[in-house]
Amino acid sequence: MKAFSTILVLVLGVMLLYASSDFPALGDPASPANDHPVAKHYIQEVENDTHVPNLVTAVLADYRGYDTMFETVVVFVAGIGILAVIGMPGRRRRDEEHCVKVGQFGEDSDLIILQTCRLVVPVLQLFALYVIAHGHHSPGGGFQGGVLFGASYILLALSGGLKESLARLSQSQSFRFAAFGIVVYAGWGLLCMMLGGEFLDYAVLDGLLPGDAAMARSHSMLIVEIGVGFTVTTVLFVIYANLATRGRLEGGL
Amino acid sequence: MEWEWILGKSNYWAAIILMMIGLQAMISKNNLIKKLIGMSIFQSSIILFYVSAGAKRDSGIPIIHHGPGHGDDHGKEAAHAVAEHATEHAGEAAHHAGEVAHKAVEAAKHAVETADYSNPLPHVLMLTAIVVGVATLGLALAMVQRVHAAYGSIEEDEVLAAIAAETAPPEAPEPKAPPTGSSPEGTPAAS
Repeated sequence: MKAFSTILVLVLGVMLLYASSDFPALGDPASPANDHPVAKHYIQEVENDTHVPNLVTAVLADYRGYDTMFETVVVFVAGIGILAVIGMPGRRRRDEEHCVKVGQFGEDSDLIILQTCRLVVPVLQLFALYVIAHGHHSPGGGFQGGVLFGASYILLALSGGLKESLARLSQSQSFRFAAFGIVVYAGWGLLCMMLGGEFLDYAVLDGLLPGDAAMARSHSMLIVEIGVGFTVTTVLFVIYANLATRGRLEGGL
Repeated sequence: MEWEWILGKSNYWAAIILMMIGLQAMISKNNLIKKLIGMSIFQSSIILFYVSAGAKRDSGIPIIHHGPGHGDDHGKEAAHAVAEHATEHAGEAAHHAGEVAHKAVEAAKHAVETADYSNPLPHVLMLTAIVVGVATLGLALAMVQRVHAAYGSIEEDEVLAAIAAETAPPEAPEPKAPPTGSSPEGTPAAS
């Protein structure tokens, strides 16, 4: 089996390496990916269309909004799947029981680690909010900020015990927030439909939001990114909490 | 083979070699966690491939900026020339020319050179792919934990043997034990 797979992989690798001689050179401005009209359109027209300088955010949340919405749904479904695979039945009641009071910051943890994390967690959360809110003008957005925010809860769990994190964000709350993020995203798209546009066609919202149609698209991107941030934050924390404790949500790392 | 040619293809070679390492791990490793590590390496190679396909020589990050010394100097100079010319005249004419100058600056602002910015599309695709990859990896790890809870092992051959022992009819004695093809993975136990 091992010999067979090695031969297979080697043959495939040599074939791909041979084929790579037909690929465009690295950084070639005339390569098909860079020369395609879609890429040119994004670079030249995005700022006129949406007033958002960060092309990645604009393409992510507006031009490819449909794609991003379902990527968010995939993240949400992965969270539900983890609950279905290793979650414990009837855990919800116990989940409430284990909500110790906030502030019993892990008695059995090391003092230096505790105090350091106490300093780091608020800064991390603030920075996560900055990354979400400032995604229009600098690298950032809902996915990146959501990952940072989720990491702050994981850091809390690592330093003070999982109970400390669950007291602040229990699993049922997590799933409510994750679903809320999807509802914000899809609801904003439906709002566009109700106002006579197409799904996620933010330009029709210029009556509701300040500014012209391009500014409406810019503001809508922020709202959509906030929805993404909710889902990514909570699902990441759920993934950690369940994997670290085999779904028991107690003890663990 | 020239040096430049090698440099131009090196990104593909790196991606392909990483991809093959991941594929080999996914196929030949017996341990489920090691298979997942292989899957992760494979995924990273795809991400590298996409991002390198979006690279463009002498271009910056795909964020439009209108700082000084960024291609719009010419337009600004023209606008300033118009404005200076305008200040020579008085009253209405100056006001009008000032407006024209302002418009010229605005026009210069909106001129975006395609060559100055790298292609945003691969970045967008990989941005979502990374987060979705983390989520699906988490789901896969949860499944591995489940397998370990059910069969007490994460070695593929041991798990398959346990499944075969479980699904074998109770009246069948030992010799009939190894019909391992029942698993959806389809891979027989490694010899």
